Amino acid sequence: MTKTNDGFALPRRVILQGVASVALVGLGKLALGVAPAFAANDKYPEEAFKQKSVDDAIKLLYGKTAEKSDKVKLDAPEIAENGAVVPIAASSTFADVTSISFLVAENPNALVASYKIPAGTVPSVANRIKMAKTSNVIVVVEAGGKLYSATKEVKVTVGGCGG
Amino acid sequence: MASTIRVRATSSGETTEVQALIQHPMDSGFVKNAKGEIIPPHFIQQLTFEYDGKAVFAANWGGGVSKDPYVKFAFKGGKKGDELKISWIDSKGATDTTTAKIQ
Repeated sequence: MTKTNDGFALPRRVILQGVASVALVGLGKLALGVAPAFAANDKYPEEAFKQKSVDDAIKLLYGKTAEKSDKVKLDAPEIAENGAVVPIAASSTFADVTSISFLVAENPNALVASYKIPAGTVPSVANRIKMAKTSNVIVVVEAGGKLYSATKEVKVTVGGCGG
Repeated sequence: MASTIRVRATSSGETTEVQALIQHPMDSGFVKNAKGEIIPPHFIQQLTFEYDGKAVFAANWGGGVSKDPYVKFAFKGGKKGDELKISWIDSKGATDTTTAKIQ
C-alpha cells in the first residue's frame, strides 16, 4: 500500500539508494513552506523504520548524521516500570525546527517515530513508546537543515517488545 | 460508527494545544502470543493533522509506538470553533479520519 500510493514503482534497490535524497528533497520543500499538503503525499520512510542501529536509521531518514546539542531537550523517566508504555517528550529551543524523531538503541528496530514540524508548529512533541529493555533513548531534531540530538538512558523493569 | 480517534484541541488565543488518543493494537511484529506464534506487524504508519487546509503536524510511526497511541503537540493560531482534521493509515492499508472542534 505505502509503496505504491504515490505512484512510485521503483525496484527496491533504487528506493534504498534514493531514500536519502528523497528525504532531503521532501524536507527542503517543507522548510520553504511550498508544500502545504505535504503530509498526505509524503512517502512513508519504510526502510528507515527497518534499521537495527540508530546511526543507520538516522542516515536513511535524513541522509546525514546528528551532533549532540543542549538546545535539544529530552524528557524521559529514569525508570520505566512498564516498557510497553514509556512516556517520552522532546522539545527544542532552535527557531527553525522542521522535524523531531525518537529512537531507542536496544529495540529490534531503532526508529520509533518521526514527526514533521511545519512552520508555525511548536517544536515540542509528547508521545508514548515501547522499549524492549533498558536502553538509551535518542531524540533527533532537524533545524535549519542540520541534525542535533540528545540522549538519555531509561531503565526498563518489564520489557514491552519481547515475547 | 465510533471513530478510533479521540482528539482534544484547546486554543489559548495564540496557540492551539492538541492531544490525540487513537485505538489501535500497534503490533510491532516482535511479540509472540500465548501459543508462541509471532503476532504479525500491524501498526499505524502515518498520522496527519490539518487545519485550514494545511498540515500542522504529521507523524511517521513504526511498530515501536505504544498500543493505543497518544500524541501531544501545539501550533500557532487556530480559532475556537474551527475544525481540525485528523487521519491515519496503517500498515495493512486501513484508514480512519475524524474532525474535532477547537475549544
